[in-house]
Amino acid sequence: MKTLKSLVLVCLAVIISGGAMMTTSCNGSGGSKADSTASGEDNSIMGAGSSFDNPLFSKMFSEYNKSNGLKINYQSIGSGGGIKGLTDKTVDFGASDAPLSDDQAKAMTGPAIHIPVTAGAVVLSYNLPDMKDTLKLTPEVLAGMFLGDIKKWNDPKIQAINKGSKLPAIDIVIAHRADASGTSNIFTTYLTKVSKDWETKVGKGSSVSWPVGLGGKGNEGVAGTIKQTPGAIGYIELAYAIQNGMAFAKVANKSGAFITPSIASVTAAANIDIPADGKVSLTNTDAADGYPISGLSWVIIYQEQKYNNRTSDKASKMLKLIQWMIHDGQAFSSALNYAPLSEKAVSVGDAILKTATYDGKPVLQ
Amino acid sequence: METSVENELITRNDISLRVITSEKIRDIVKGIKRVKRSHRQIRAENVFRRTLVIIGLAMVVLVVGIMLTLIVQSIPSLKALGIGYLWGQTWDPVRDVYGALPFLAGTLLTSFLALALSIPFSFAVAIFLGEYYPKGWLANLLKNTVELIAAVPSVIYGFWGLAVLVPIVRSMEASIGIPSIGYGIFTSSLILAVMVIPYAASLGRSMIQMVPSNLKEAAYSLGATRWEVIRSVILPYTRSGLFAGVLLSLGRALGETMAVTMVIGNTPLMPKNIFSTGNTMASVIANELGEADKMVYNSALIELGLVLFLVTVVINMIGKKVISRFTNE
Repeated sequence: MKTLKSLVLVCLAVIISGGAMMTTSCNGSGGSKADSTASGEDNSIMGAGSSFDNPLFSKMFSEYNKSNGLKINYQSIGSGGGIKGLTDKTVDFGASDAPLSDDQAKAMTGPAIHIPVTAGAVVLSYNLPDMKDTLKLTPEVLAGMFLGDIKKWNDPKIQAINKGSKLPAIDIVIAHRADASGTSNIFTTYLTKVSKDWETKVGKGSSVSWPVGLGGKGNEGVAGTIKQTPGAIGYIELAYAIQNGMAFAKVANKSGAFITPSIASVTAAANIDIPADGKVSLTNTDAADGYPISGLSWVIIYQEQKYNNRTSDKASKMLKLIQWMIHDGQAFSSALNYAPLSEKAVSVGDAILKTATYDGKPVLQ
Repeated sequence: METSVENELITRNDISLRVITSEKIRDIVKGIKRVKRSHRQIRAENVFRRTLVIIGLAMVVLVVGIMLTLIVQSIPSLKALGIGYLWGQTWDPVRDVYGALPFLAGTLLTSFLALALSIPFSFAVAIFLGEYYPKGWLANLLKNTVELIAAVPSVIYGFWGLAVLVPIVRSMEASIGIPSIGYGIFTSSLILAVMVIPYAASLGRSMIQMVPSNLKEAAYSLGATRWEVIRSVILPYTRSGLFAGVLLSLGRALGETMAVTMVIGNTPLMPKNIFSTGNTMASVIANELGEADKMVYNSALIELGLVLFLVTVVINMIGKKVISRFTNE
């Protein structure tokens, strides 16, 4: 029976060492694995993040591959995942629908820079069978509905802004994203800006504690809930709504004009003074013809590109790629229902790219 | 491991060599050469036995390892939220307040409701296939169909639930005058009930087929009707087997993620009744883990996994107790 005992001992040792390994890996030192992924082949770039950007990025990267032969592997795992990847240095760039929070920036080993690459909008799609005109919404009504204060479609507050339309006396069913997402982040950021109540009761984030409503997984989950449920209203990405021919509401912006979400009105929303670090929220934009629930999407990279044995060649290839994305790459936006960057955003992006360094020296001249 | 050759016979204290034909024994007894070969055989036996032990222990290591991972990764959340996590009713990633109760309730409600709905069907199928029609084309068709239910990927059930069940439940809710949404605990339980039927049904069927025929014949010869035989011979005899099947079903229902998340409504609030929307632990983890970038948030989700793990362990242990009580009687 000696061997049996020794076997048991060996197995116990394995359990204990396994436990020890888990402790270290959970302390966030996935270093060795990161090295091998980030600096693999020299003619390939790894990126990860926002699923909102994915259709546009796929198109951009395949076009860039045709002309420059650079392989770009982009994993659409969500903005948070992209930021995690960049923090662990498993990817060369991250893409996110929200700029880094202070905590996230602190977790990085060095300063990171944000380059705006595209803009999108979140629209309010609804299911009101007898409604002929386009629904109009004001920020107050929208916040009231999503807080559960406005319960029926024929509420006087909704009726007051939709004069001439006959609203049904049915319950409002709110549809929201069940999975954490950048779309929720843009939408809740907007509500936080326009409603004190929302700010104190719910707040902003990629997943929040929704006071009312049904959660659907992904844009398609929310869209499915809206299509199926009479009286439903929910938020989805503009591109998804256009591609699927869904009805969406006009929303009043800061200047009080009811704006139909479209590529043009999103680009207009981005035509504001963008701070030098590129981190600006377009929600509740000051632009008079801008759609208020718009947001930028960023590519995030380390400012100092010399880390983990990266070559200067790789750093310059990646920065040239990003430069191409915010210039020539923008030509692919409209066809895919993304809003091209405004001129101001592009010039800010250019300036930010020039601050990237390799071993202290600027990479792009 | 002492093996010795005494009087040309091999003796071993610690292993019982099970199948040795008389011819083999004759061969072994014949001479030294033979003995050498049999030494090799015994070594092979030992290697085989050792392999079995290692593989068996690997399973134990795996399960313990999973539990350790869950515990270690839950520590930040355990520290930040303490035991109140279990009965907290708020799940608010913005303010870093996490309470598992709504999801614990959602998981248990959907699973047990599904079980209650599925048992009549799975037992009926088991009795029908085990006792009434064990053979024949109809039995084969039914058997294969029920087994197919278990083979269909759960996302397909989710889709079917979304497209068919939700509208039906909505109109049903409208007709009995409660807020008609269609999504919710009840719809999820219906989907789960369908999904778990095969587990209890096939185990129950094989148990019922194993009831000794002399028991049944004895009952028949005493003048019992078929119903009486089922009630007082077959069911008591197969009780533990049927219960084990139910336990399997429950395990499946507790962990189901995809189909449930598509129809439950994903509301982070305490369900008020079986028609209200809710959420389950598995579905919350699947939905939110990808973007949980805050330390405590991430850890709270993993702790949710730990709670789910412990719930299944506890339910399984209770089940084992019940089964052993049934069999001891």
